[in-house]
Amino acid sequence: MIGLEHYLTVAAALFVIGIFGLFLNRKNVIILLMSIELMLLAVNINLVAFSSFLGDLVGQVFTLFVLTVAAAEAAIGLAILVCFFRTRGTIDVEDVNVMKG
Amino acid sequence: MGADLQTILPEIVLAVFAMSALLGGVYGGQDRTAPLLVWLTAGVMVGLALWIGTATGTRTAFDGSFNDDPFSRFAKVVILLSGAAVMLMSRENMTRRGILRFEYPILIALATVGMMVMVSAGDLIVLYMGLEVQSLALYVIAALRRDSARSTEAGLKYFILGALSSGMLLYGASLTYGYTGTTLFSGIFEAAADGVSLGLLFGLVFLITGFAFKVSAAPFHMWTPDVYEGAPTAVTAFLATAPKMAAMALFARVVHEAFGAVVGDWQQVVAFLSVLSMFVGAIAAIGQTDIKRLMAYSSIAHMGFALMGLAAGTAFGVQAMLIYMTIYVTMNVGTFAFILSMEKDGKPVTDIRALNMFARREPLKALAMLVLLFSLAGVPPMVGFFGKFYVLRAAYEGGLAWLAVAGVLASVIGAYYYLRMVYFMYFGEESDALDGSMSPVAWGMFMASAAIMVVGVINLFGIEPMAAAAAATLVN
Repeated sequence: MIGLEHYLTVAAALFVIGIFGLFLNRKNVIILLMSIELMLLAVNINLVAFSSFLGDLVGQVFTLFVLTVAAAEAAIGLAILVCFFRTRGTIDVEDVNVMKG
Repeated sequence: MGADLQTILPEIVLAVFAMSALLGGVYGGQDRTAPLLVWLTAGVMVGLALWIGTATGTRTAFDGSFNDDPFSRFAKVVILLSGAAVMLMSRENMTRRGILRFEYPILIALATVGMMVMVSAGDLIVLYMGLEVQSLALYVIAALRRDSARSTEAGLKYFILGALSSGMLLYGASLTYGYTGTTLFSGIFEAAADGVSLGLLFGLVFLITGFAFKVSAAPFHMWTPDVYEGAPTAVTAFLATAPKMAAMALFARVVHEAFGAVVGDWQQVVAFLSVLSMFVGAIAAIGQTDIKRLMAYSSIAHMGFALMGLAAGTAFGVQAMLIYMTIYVTMNVGTFAFILSMEKDGKPVTDIRALNMFARREPLKALAMLVLLFSLAGVPPMVGFFGKFYVLRAAYEGGLAWLAVAGVLASVIGAYYYLRMVYFMYFGEESDALDGSMSPVAWGMFMASAAIMVVGVINLFGIEPMAAAAAATLVN
């Protein structure tokens, strides 16, 4: 029987993979966008699992909001990335270094 | 339904204005309409601030997911006025730089709508939507100068780390929802009062992490210096004022309204963020020579002080935090009005060594800047000192005497880099002069901000009782 904790474990694993993708990736900014998407989808799994477990619809409504915002976020992220590519001619993470922080 | 819409009318007005301004801008001559749109947007924002500021009472809308109370109104007035002030004072500078696009005032208006929703949120979903409306608009204006490598890089960094923080916050929200069965703050309050489960504790910690990113508290501050340096100065001025107030107010609302029954569970985390921010902000700034990076570290340190008020976990702590943030925002408007005017041969200069002997050429401006820097450092006769005094007192009375002592130490260390700028202005070596000019509006804001830092010591312009009323609605 698959219970709530299985869903939570999968979501936590996906979330951690997303965070590690952000910090360990040294190659490509697109992969950062994918990692962000992975984090948000992990949250959605959490919300839907809780919603079904609690018998409460609010979690699914929240999921729909998160999906919508994730789409807008990806659009803005890609737009900024295109501007960055036009000025620098590269999207390697290692080249995002005009300013040292 | 009608009463609900009545409650959120200010937000609706600003959102509808932003959308009609967008249509008007697109069909009405694009960037030629930009100066007009800046004035219009600022006018609408000041009008809304007056409207919200004169309202009274406490109302909730949409079954408690949106609050209109003294706390949200206090934060909204500060947000709207500082947003309008920054927009007006940077208009002339942006025209000269060639980046006064008509999207700029519209994006500021949209970000402001998001901030207004944030500070009024009474529900995790509303909180998230407000935060994202704000953040998405801010990512775009950070990359406003599309043809500059620095600006687009600032936008990209801000976007990636902002999205990461939203993800953390969201994960915390999902756990909080799962372990309390509701997204309403009032429901979470009741559920948490019955005992905090491990899952809820994780949710709380992830939520706080997300907020710490948004207010740029150490150790989640790494994006701040790069974004402040890379973004156009006018945008940096905005990032350093209104969004900080909004994020701080949201932070206070969530920890008190949703987790107010379990102060002990978050107090230590907030105190840790506070002490780390104060020291990172004070120490890391010492080696910086770029004034925008300095202001970034200065904002990290100031957020540490504001968090100190929050860490006290009392109504007086929230009041101290609100007073501190209001003073901080006022100081920053004046300081950035000056930074916007730092130019040589038509090019912006951000190296603080360019201030050498500034006092000899522009004694009045140098004096006003001296007042602002002293106030930022917290030197006693200025208003900035009273902000620090309030949060230190709140921490001490809240039983965190060690935090107050750490705060005094950090502010002594931090005073070094503010005083170094003063040193350059009054005793530096003779070098090439800055020849930038200020528009009359920017000059007015600059002088008014400096004057407030001196005159305000009389009674802080009466914000004290207002902040007390605001804090009382949050903590009971």
